[in-house]
Amino acid sequence: MSHGLVKRLSLCLCSALLVASCAKQNKQAFYNTGIIYCSESNPVTFNPQLDTSSTTSDASSHQLYDRLLDFDPESGRIVPSLASSWLVTDDGLTYAFQLRKDVWFHTTKYFTPSRNFNADDVIFSIDRWRLTSHPYHYISGGRYPYFESIGLAQNIAAVERINGYRVEITLKRRDSSFLANLATDFAVILSEEYATQLSQAGTPSKIDELPIGTGPFKFESYRKDHFIKYRRHDNYWRSSLSTAEDDTAPPDNNRESEVRVDDQNQAFGDNTPNDGEQTTVEQLIFDITPRSSLRLAKLMTGECDATAFPAQTELEVIRAKDDLILAEKPGLNIGFWAFNTQRPPFDNPDVRRALAAAIDKNTLLEAVYFDSAIRAKTLLPAASWAFQNDADDTAYNPVLARKLLADAGIETGFSMTIWAMPVERAYNPNATKMAELIQRYLRDVGVEATIVSYDWTTFRRHLREGLHDSVLIGWSADNGDPDNFYRPLLSCGAIPSGTNRAMWCNQDYDRLINDALETDDIEARKAIYRQVNRLLYERLPLVPIAHAYRYQAYRAELEGIKINPFGGVRFGGVEKTL
Amino acid sequence: MTQILVRYCTLLILTLLVLTIISFSLAYLFPGDVLENLTGLVPQNDIQRAALEKQFKLDQSYVHQFVYYVSNLLTGEWGYSFTSGLPLREEVGIAMPATIELATYAMLMALFIGIPLGYYAGIRCYSTSDYAINSASITIYSFPVFWFALLLILIFSLQLDVAPLSGRISLLYHIEPVSGFILIDILLADTENKSLALKDALSHLALPTFAIGAIATASMARMARRSVIDVKHRPYIAAAISRGLSSWQIFFRHILRNALLPILPLMAIQITTLITNAMIVETLFSWPGIGNWLIQAIYQRDYPALRIGMMAVSTVVITLTILVDLFNRVIDPSREKYERAAV
Repeated sequence: MSHGLVKRLSLCLCSALLVASCAKQNKQAFYNTGIIYCSESNPVTFNPQLDTSSTTSDASSHQLYDRLLDFDPESGRIVPSLASSWLVTDDGLTYAFQLRKDVWFHTTKYFTPSRNFNADDVIFSIDRWRLTSHPYHYISGGRYPYFESIGLAQNIAAVERINGYRVEITLKRRDSSFLANLATDFAVILSEEYATQLSQAGTPSKIDELPIGTGPFKFESYRKDHFIKYRRHDNYWRSSLSTAEDDTAPPDNNRESEVRVDDQNQAFGDNTPNDGEQTTVEQLIFDITPRSSLRLAKLMTGECDATAFPAQTELEVIRAKDDLILAEKPGLNIGFWAFNTQRPPFDNPDVRRALAAAIDKNTLLEAVYFDSAIRAKTLLPAASWAFQNDADDTAYNPVLARKLLADAGIETGFSMTIWAMPVERAYNPNATKMAELIQRYLRDVGVEATIVSYDWTTFRRHLREGLHDSVLIGWSADNGDPDNFYRPLLSCGAIPSGTNRAMWCNQDYDRLINDALETDDIEARKAIYRQVNRLLYERLPLVPIAHAYRYQAYRAELEGIKINPFGGVRFGGVEKTL
Repeated sequence: MTQILVRYCTLLILTLLVLTIISFSLAYLFPGDVLENLTGLVPQNDIQRAALEKQFKLDQSYVHQFVYYVSNLLTGEWGYSFTSGLPLREEVGIAMPATIELATYAMLMALFIGIPLGYYAGIRCYSTSDYAINSASITIYSFPVFWFALLLILIFSLQLDVAPLSGRISLLYHIEPVSGFILIDILLADTENKSLALKDALSHLALPTFAIGAIATASMARMARRSVIDVKHRPYIAAAISRGLSSWQIFFRHILRNALLPILPLMAIQITTLITNAMIVETLFSWPGIGNWLIQAIYQRDYPALRIGMMAVSTVVITLTILVDLFNRVIDPSREKYERAAV
């Protein structure tokens, strides 16, 4: 073989390799531009004000919108978002929000903003759910479940525009959880300009179908049962914050220029979460895949980069794979065993204590949650700032249980019902199994338990009517404020709305949790909640069992994805490198 | 020839008419409200209901209703889906081509692999290679298609990770549906990453096509083998041999075309199996075709969708079957004498 031929051959080989590697790079570059998330279901709407299901808020809240305030996913503290700073008067009734400037709404096929975000948008967004007289209130049904459940609309006296970038909200009563409520997934800011345009066009309901927000992604298309497609919002304010100070303000913003003169640089740059840099990710796609096993399979083959709600039984498979990451974090939830305190003998705290002492919570944790939960002592999980580490907890003590039961006059062979909820929830993935275990424990102390279950709607209706002796159920909170646990679960006012499963009404308890809202001093509130925990330990209307972890499974290529214990998944600032 | 065409046309029209009558009566046979089953619209109040009933002639006799129903079908007013609220024509228009595409590629695979294999086995009948092909084909032919597809997923997607397991193309690509055939649409589409998209679509196609195609190929190979063996024993082959023709000459001049004739009518039967198999495989590969769509409609009790889905699938199957039959008749005029058109 001649020297020349070898040379030519090797040249050919080299160029072929080069072409191949080029093609590969090309391919990688393209696949790096999009994130695919396998979501579990169809969102009800693209406006999280209208629905409290996590599917809806996952698909809209953190992708399409921003709120005035945000929860920091790490610390749970309230951090500035669209409001760069805020002031609260000493009486705790008036909140003044300074709004960020140069925040742009999405430019899409169906809307082009002519002005940037200002006070009008905030007023529009709040008044929509607050005022029944608001022209947009009854569009898309007129129900705003989150705000209704906490009665926020009734407590707001006025929302006023001070100037283009300052809004003042006046409350009727003090409410130290008010800021936390504004930071939930549901308190999103809509575009007033878009709404005006739509009502002029006579199609106001489009505001919730073709959404416009300020979030890191803009809506592109949605096909039910198939996909939701989003594109990157190029003028996203967080990305321009982290790059150099923006002189690259988008066109046509001369309208509000005179208002922009005052306190230009009040934006608390250092307070801003650092996760909003301009990313290479141009597309975000929700691949709607209801079957959990198929979501896992797609994650394994790389057809999804991240998935929603891996099932408890699949966790080991994910952990065993090197290219998959399973992030876990204690979630903001509580699974508990509530007694119907309006039925004898469960109105006697000693009986309740006896039953609580009869069960071994650690076994329940192992058998039902596969150790994917932590033992609950109080209602509050560790992710809440008011979590009390040294709270009293019930202990497994069948001897004590038998003695207490005998003292209360309960004879051996006493029978009761345990209601087990028929659906899976993170806070209780298998209520029937848990009920069977409890049944066995109770038999040891001479109590015969029967397990009751209905379909989910009937089950909840019967619970509201108080037909149960005891029930295994739980609660997922929407924000980090402790009031979101204590008030709906055990206050007197929550009996008619059906969230107080123990049907327990205690004046001391209600007074304490109301006191806690009257102060803004965190330490003072913590002290009050310690008293509340002590009271609950003594009276024991329910037995806290577990705080389940929240899981997020994703491929190692994704960087910057964080579990948000305070609501939906966030893809702003996530990077992908194959 | 004209007579044949007329005969086939009347057959087609009559069959479709019977189908339409069945699908119309489904609106009455399904549980629930007739108006809702027929239109997919849920009237909000009595005034609306009365107006709709008048529009769909539900206040008149069944014959009037049926005539109006047929005219709606012909103009493309197929009603709306309960679950998505979208016009059914649009939904079927997206789902149907996806299924046909899958079935077409599987058919091509069967034609270009199955028939040559069958010919080879037929020529070399009762040799080792014939036995090998024969036993392989009977093994594959006896696989249940859903099991075979699951096996492919398990091996190639989950273990070896060489092929994706769901959908037609990665959702990152934006391909406007023009023809409904993904490969054609990619070529027509105006994207920069055409070759990447094509590669992606092909990798998505590979497993489902193979799952359906393998079974069709196996049965095609068996039919071709049988037909070749039959032809080989005809007297005119013996005559050709005695005239001293070489085996190549015999094969190309006498066996090739004559063996094809009995296979073609059998292909018409294959089409039905192919589409049914495609519908089964779709659900396993989350292929957005008509089978997957119908399964969803069954789960969600979407009666208008079921009614139209049944209509659409059977129309496609019947039309294709009759067309293939007509084609056979054209290329083989000898059949005319003793056979009438049949489905």
